[in-house]
Amino acid sequence: MTDLDTFRAETRAWLEANCPAEMRTPMQGDEDNFWGGRNAKFTSEAQKVWFERMRDKGWTVPDWPTQYGGGGLDGARHKILREEMAAIGARSPLSSFGIWMLGPALLKYGNEQQKAEHLPKIARGEIRWCQGYSEPNAGSDLASLQTRAESDGNDFIINGSKIWTSYANYADWIFCLVRTDPSAKKHDGISFILFDMTSKGVTTKPILLISGKSPFCETFFDNVRVPKSHVVGTINRGWDVAKYLLQHERAMISGMGGRDGGRPLGQVAADSLGSDDQGRLDDPILRGQIATFDVDEAALACAAERAVDLAKAGQLHPAFSSAMKYYGTELNKRRHEILMSAGGIDALEWESERSQEGARARAWLRTKANSIEGGTSEVMLGIVAKRILDLPGA
Amino acid sequence: MALVLTEEQTMLRDSARGLIGDKAPVAHLRRLRDERDATGFSRELWKSFAEMGFAGLLVPEEFGGSGLGCVEAGVVMEEIGRNLTPSPQLSTAILAASALARGGSEAQKKAYLPKLADGSLIAALAVDEGAKHRPAKIAMTATRAGNGFKLKGDKALVVDGHVADLLIVAARSAGQPGDADGLTLFLVDSKAKGVAIERTVMVDAHNAARISFDDVEVNADQVLGEVDRGGALLEAVLNVGRAAVAAEMLGVADEAFGRTVSYLKERKQFGKLIGEFQALQHRAAHLYTEIEILRAAVLKALQAVDADAVQARVAVSVAKAKAGTVATLAVQEGVQMHGGMGMTDQFDIGLFMKRARVLQELLGDSAYHAEALAEWKKY
Ligand SMILES: Cc1cc2nc3c(=O)[nH]c(=O)nc-3n(C[C@H](O)[C@H](O)[C@H](O)COP(=O)(O)OP(=O)(O)OC[C@H]3O[C@@H](n4cnc5c(N)ncnc54)[C@H](O)[C@@H]3O)c2cc1C
Repeated sequence: MTDLDTFRAETRAWLEANCPAEMRTPMQGDEDNFWGGRNAKFTSEAQKVWFERMRDKGWTVPDWPTQYGGGGLDGARHKILREEMAAIGARSPLSSFGIWMLGPALLKYGNEQQKAEHLPKIARGEIRWCQGYSEPNAGSDLASLQTRAESDGNDFIINGSKIWTSYANYADWIFCLVRTDPSAKKHDGISFILFDMTSKGVTTKPILLISGKSPFCETFFDNVRVPKSHVVGTINRGWDVAKYLLQHERAMISGMGGRDGGRPLGQVAADSLGSDDQGRLDDPILRGQIATFDVDEAALACAAERAVDLAKAGQLHPAFSSAMKYYGTELNKRRHEILMSAGGIDALEWESERSQEGARARAWLRTKANSIEGGTSEVMLGIVAKRILDLPGA
Repeated sequence: MALVLTEEQTMLRDSARGLIGDKAPVAHLRRLRDERDATGFSRELWKSFAEMGFAGLLVPEEFGGSGLGCVEAGVVMEEIGRNLTPSPQLSTAILAASALARGGSEAQKKAYLPKLADGSLIAALAVDEGAKHRPAKIAMTATRAGNGFKLKGDKALVVDGHVADLLIVAARSAGQPGDADGLTLFLVDSKAKGVAIERTVMVDAHNAARISFDDVEVNADQVLGEVDRGGALLEAVLNVGRAAVAAEMLGVADEAFGRTVSYLKERKQFGKLIGEFQALQHRAAHLYTEIEILRAAVLKALQAVDADAVQARVAVSVAKAKAGTVATLAVQEGVQMHGGMGMTDQFDIGLFMKRARVLQELLGDSAYHAEALAEWKKY
């Protein structure tokens, strides 16, 4: 047996022994995610046990260095762990903007003190982060943001507001883009700064979405005082950090579709529509749509796998995550359109126990944000056109 | 296995790109087409393919080949796709070589494989009978007679059928059309009595033939593999071929796309480069994404076929189905974005559209393979 085979066998055995049965079923919506943080509550004992065991092994962030609370796994072992978790349908023990977005940016741009301070808390799920990027007049055109940070000795004083801040009302800390040089060209006067959401002058207000939920907020800053040492990277060079983080956000969002671990579409459809005497779904056109969807989904999975391998080989184009984000989110929207068709009238129920309070309809509505959040599909295509294909024009 | 080419595979790609781009660019196909060449490919080019080791890629070393795998075969096919190069690579080096290497007896391997590898023997696989690829519906009969069989029936779209020395024919020795079992593969001399071959001139100016078999007598030693149990062997060979065709389609799509992007950067209208128009940028970016996803799916399929050609069926169907839709989109967008130029024979982009259409039908179109996936997933 090679070392990797041994690792696989040990990992399989460990997961088998340590992953509770309840944590091997698909998540039923946001509530099933464990987000960590100072006020975190577990929804079940199994969720707690699973999280704590994974945390103690450093497997909430398997590929981060052990000194920062990670598992220290190399690429090959990380892949094995993911495969073994997928094989038993194990849920992710911790959902976290800290893991998906801030962590990678800190690992690359943070100083030693910032890494030592923040990374272990992210790994152990102690601090929940939110992302303060978008503003009412700076969405797709993010670099036109206006939230100001003015110098006052060793501190910055921050004034302005953010919008669409997901889970700002639950978050402990925020990673935030602020304008530190109003006279510079718009990309050159931005800094990337971290601060506590309980700081004086920070308030949030939830926004209700079409899905009937309010996962995000307007966020207001009124003379918030933040030490300059909380700037990540160089002052006024925050755009580099922001862009690097966005690559990770986009890669993460592109993989979201598969993450719900849902049942295969063909089975879901057969359950509600029935099959003909040859075992074929009783709706030939929908069956064709599902088959085409399955082709695209399988091919996308190959591309995601290849992207990891290309990155390892140093051959991945830095803007490739935009292509994947675009494709993955459009595909996920298609998936939910098909789920709604397969469900028919039953999928339209909104408030009933039978429909788990309209779980399917709410999930469908939520996916419409996939091609907006983290940069819209149009913006992703623009990035591919300019940065990868090198097409001309502004 | 990592989904990236190894260093050796990259070197093979570079040498294939050099040789094929040099000796058989699109102009080569044009010349053969315009001269109504009787062979439909260049024997001289085929000799260079053999010298470069392309003809013997899938032939084991002991029989004079290089004993490489499907990933390598796919790498060469992609370059062929880029240049629309007519050659017996698919018919002989891929389909026939893998059929013989996988199913042949020692004597058959000894007799044929070295000749396939050195380029002296052209072979063709005859499977489909109707307008669409439906191997399960093979109706051509193989009736027992004496110590052998008599073949009767018709085959369509036999690639390189009219120049092949050797035909590998799938016929029904038992059961009814539609049955999975009951197929047998035969090695048939193309000059045998009762074989009638008609070259069909195709839209893409590549070789194909209709072949009819009128009580063609074959001996028991001309059976390839097992009697009545040829289905699995045929499936394996078809999977190798499907993955290879998907690789060729990737080459067609990627090249058509590359040419289109170049055109977007040079053609001016309204005082701007047309590539500045966002409507076109977004369609180009979408196409780029589709092609990159296809590239990954094709590599996955080729690797899967190397691991196990029958088990590879799902990966192969994904790749061939995806190749069908992506190549179609690439060539259609290519013609559209070239405007009037795209409709002229003088411009190459139309040739890519024609080739993609034929490759779409070859060994199963997108719908066929999506259907296979649905069936495998049981819905
Ligand atoms: C569910 C959800 C969660 C989010 N979470 C967060 C968060 O946690 N933190 C955060 O900071 N932000 C968050 N966002 C904000 C998100 O990043 C923005 O909504 C997004 O960047 C788009 O900006 P906008 O909403 O202002 O749309 P606009 O920029 O106004 O876009 C409107 C339309 O115009 C199109 N458009 C704009 N510019 C171009 C162009 N150049 N070419 C072609 N078309 C163009 C867009 O594609 C879109 O279709 C979230 C959004 C959603 C929906």
